[in-house]
Amino acid sequence: MTLNAFLFQALNGLSSASGLFLIAAGLSLIFGVTRIVNIAHGSLYMLGTYIAYSFATKIGGGLGFWGGIIATAIVVGMLGALIEFLLLRRIYRAPELFQLLATFALVLIINDAALYIWGPEDLLGPRAPGLRGAVEIFGRRLPSYDLFLIFVGPAVLLALYFALARTRFGRLVRAATQDREMVGALGVNQAILFTSVFALGAALAGLGGALQVAREPANLATDLIAIGDAFVVVVVGGMGSIAGAYLAAVIIAEVKALCIGIGVVHFGMFSVNFSKFTLVAEFLVMAVVLIARPYGLLGRPQAAVRSVAEPEDPIRPATPLLKALAAVVLALLLCLPLLAQNSPYLLILGIDVLIAVLFATSLHFIMGPGGMHSFGHSAYFGLGAYGAALLVKWLAAPMGVALIAAPIVALGGALLFGWFAVRLSGVYLAMLTLAFAQIVWAAVFQWEELTGGSNGVIGVWPPPPFDKASVYFLLALVLTVIGVLLLRRFLFAPFGYAMRAGRDSALRAEAIGIDVKRVHWLAFAVAGCVCGVAGGLFAFAKGSISPETISVGRSIDGLVMVLLGGIQTITGPIVGASVFATLQDMVMRQTEYWRALLGAIILFLVLAFPQGIVGAVAQLFGKRRKGQTP
Amino acid sequence: MSVLDLRSLSKSFGGVHAVNAVSFAIRRGEFLAMIGPNGAGKSTCFNMINGQLAPDSGTILLEGKNIAGLAPRDIWRLGVGRTFQVAATFGSMTVVENVQMALISHAGEIYRLWRPAASLYRARALDLLAQVGMREAADRPSRALAYGDVKRIELAIALANEPRLLLMDEPTAGMGARERHELIQLVKKLVVERGISVLFTEHSMDVVFAYADRIVVLARGRLIADGDAAAIRANAQVREVYFGTGKTFAGAVS
Ligand SMILES: Nc1ncnc2c1ncn2[C@@H]1O[C@H](COP(=O)(O)OP(=O)(O)O)[C@@H](O)[C@H]1O
Ligand SMILES: [Mg+2]
Repeated sequence: MTLNAFLFQALNGLSSASGLFLIAAGLSLIFGVTRIVNIAHGSLYMLGTYIAYSFATKIGGGLGFWGGIIATAIVVGMLGALIEFLLLRRIYRAPELFQLLATFALVLIINDAALYIWGPEDLLGPRAPGLRGAVEIFGRRLPSYDLFLIFVGPAVLLALYFALARTRFGRLVRAATQDREMVGALGVNQAILFTSVFALGAALAGLGGALQVAREPANLATDLIAIGDAFVVVVVGGMGSIAGAYLAAVIIAEVKALCIGIGVVHFGMFSVNFSKFTLVAEFLVMAVVLIARPYGLLGRPQAAVRSVAEPEDPIRPATPLLKALAAVVLALLLCLPLLAQNSPYLLILGIDVLIAVLFATSLHFIMGPGGMHSFGHSAYFGLGAYGAALLVKWLAAPMGVALIAAPIVALGGALLFGWFAVRLSGVYLAMLTLAFAQIVWAAVFQWEELTGGSNGVIGVWPPPPFDKASVYFLLALVLTVIGVLLLRRFLFAPFGYAMRAGRDSALRAEAIGIDVKRVHWLAFAVAGCVCGVAGGLFAFAKGSISPETISVGRSIDGLVMVLLGGIQTITGPIVGASVFATLQDMVMRQTEYWRALLGAIILFLVLAFPQGIVGAVAQLFGKRRKGQTP
Repeated sequence: MSVLDLRSLSKSFGGVHAVNAVSFAIRRGEFLAMIGPNGAGKSTCFNMINGQLAPDSGTILLEGKNIAGLAPRDIWRLGVGRTFQVAATFGSMTVVENVQMALISHAGEIYRLWRPAASLYRARALDLLAQVGMREAADRPSRALAYGDVKRIELAIALANEPRLLLMDEPTAGMGARERHELIQLVKKLVVERGISVLFTEHSMDVVFAYADRIVVLARGRLIADGDAAAIRANAQVREVYFGTGKTFAGAVS
């Protein structure tokens, strides 16, 4: 690459950095004051693009292009205020995990709302008046609009800086970011402060999205891509630091721009296309920063992580009643192939449920007893599924070999990623695990020669007799039961107790000779390994595997399953996964807008059953003796 | 010969010299009290001895071996037990399981995956609980206990690895006068039986003067006195420190 080409790419990077910064700054402000990680922030950004499109094309030129952009920011800001007022206000005291889920429910709802209003097609807005041309720079032509965007980021940074440094509102925001209790002591109306910060953050996201309208089409996939990018920026820059957000936005945008700029490089026999590594590069930057500076470049250590909703009761071996119940359920499942002779659909659903149970149980293993809230469990599912599918595709491996390889591949990934993950906790751990899952996703997506890219791998069918749904169901049942029972056995063994010891009090655990990080690392690996079995089963059940099926969405599904069942119970994830998988299937059959419906259900569950279904049932039957907690 | 020998131990936080060139030794079987006003550096000393903090400089000799900078779990394996100023137990386990954890770890069986933990070393754990007077509470969740009882559980946990040295940071904090005496009496009985050396901090002067074999006094990170009860009572500098905080020995003893 020539020097000129290099500098030109650097400019390109700066103009992308502005967009990244706008969304990340809002996310960071909101987190600083309310301590909520708003996953729906990417959705607000996406809405910004759609609304700006409507202002520019439908509502008429009354406001003009620029008036439309400003109006969009205001509309999205008001929407943010409404969200804060109706929803978030009710969950400020809820456990972190529930807040994340509630905001993810909003992602689902907003996405379907956009689908309903604007339809599934990409919508390209008009060019910006006055900035249609391009300028000649470093021997290439840079669109004037991109040049303009380069200045937007620093301008907003300066405006925010002065607003925070010089105004009363800014002082309150800073005070609240540093010490939440202090705000109460200042006699400030906290409710108004929170609402206005959320509105401001939303307006920034809306502005960022609106500015994209002249550059890129409005697209329904933007929400998750934008929030993924924003997570990376905020975590690299440091939660709650606006300047850090800009710094990180520039670093990441530059790294990506350079990857594209470098293009294909030949190393002797090999040629590597760097432009395909942008996603991987972005997440590698994040991983490196988090290892070197766990709180981000300009962040500070977080205050102690909030504890789970309610302290957990000691675990007890299954009661005779529970054992009898399990035996009955197992017997029914064994008979299912006979019962379902006339409705093969029931068996397909059954296989899906079993895979979900294995997935959720392995996630619960590290989330509950390990206290590690992973947002990237789909990575190990994906490694297992692709590990199995690729063996079949390239080496024509028999199913038995592929199903043994699946957990081994997942184990390898979990050992690698887990080593980093156990060094962090709380939202940082959540984001790092999410980043690793994105790395796996990106690698699968971008390494087309090996994985088939977005088309995935097809033709992964089980050989006879497993090609019959009834036989495959029994295979899935056997593997799931073994997996679940093994994990359960581990939890009652010293290893499981050591996991809980490390979670309950790392200080005490270390003081009695337990290497907490090592125990949690191995737990992470065990969970990943079992999850890999679920992935392998999935690949053969569907006959194919594609990047969508291992995306962030699946990680979140897993979290919902675990929370639905109740994180504090060992049987919870089994019930949660069964209910969720069945529900998802039913809802998907009813309506095109199943995501929104699912989102509404999640919101309802989060607000109504903070302890999950099994937790609520246990409470109903008075299993938790009252008055034990001091 | 000394069980523990601190030589010129120092630690600062930012500009604060929390512990400043402190040296003293604990003889085998000794019941040694460390006293000093709040913020004197007592907990910081404890944290360096058990490995939670690495000292800035100085050495910590455990029976002649320098353990400064080792991890807490390694120091524990060398036979140093500890209780915390803010008691820490495993809240999701029963009382007896808390003690079993320490026994399982002591036996090096943490990574076992098959045998249920609840069945391992239960008899021995119950025995330890009986010795601290908590046998009745064995199967209750540890988070449901009163604070004073949690301190007893911590004592049982700390005894599980048959330590040669026991560190107890304010073991009687938050207890009434009678409970204090009972607990310290119990500790003294248990450690004398086993020949364990003890370093403990304590705010109640009558407890210190009644039970400690020897007393070291810390103030603003420095060691200002080291001697038996009579010597400490008579020490002018110690009196000054305690008058400065509004305490008098007369008041504490009465
Ligand atoms: N982790 C820490 N970071 C900063 N300062 C600390 C830390 N721990 C203790 N200090 C300071 O060191 C001094 C000694 O504290 P500490 O050892 O807890 O005293 P004591 O236990 O005698 O009350 C105090 O000034 C305290 O504020
Ligand atoms: Mg102290």
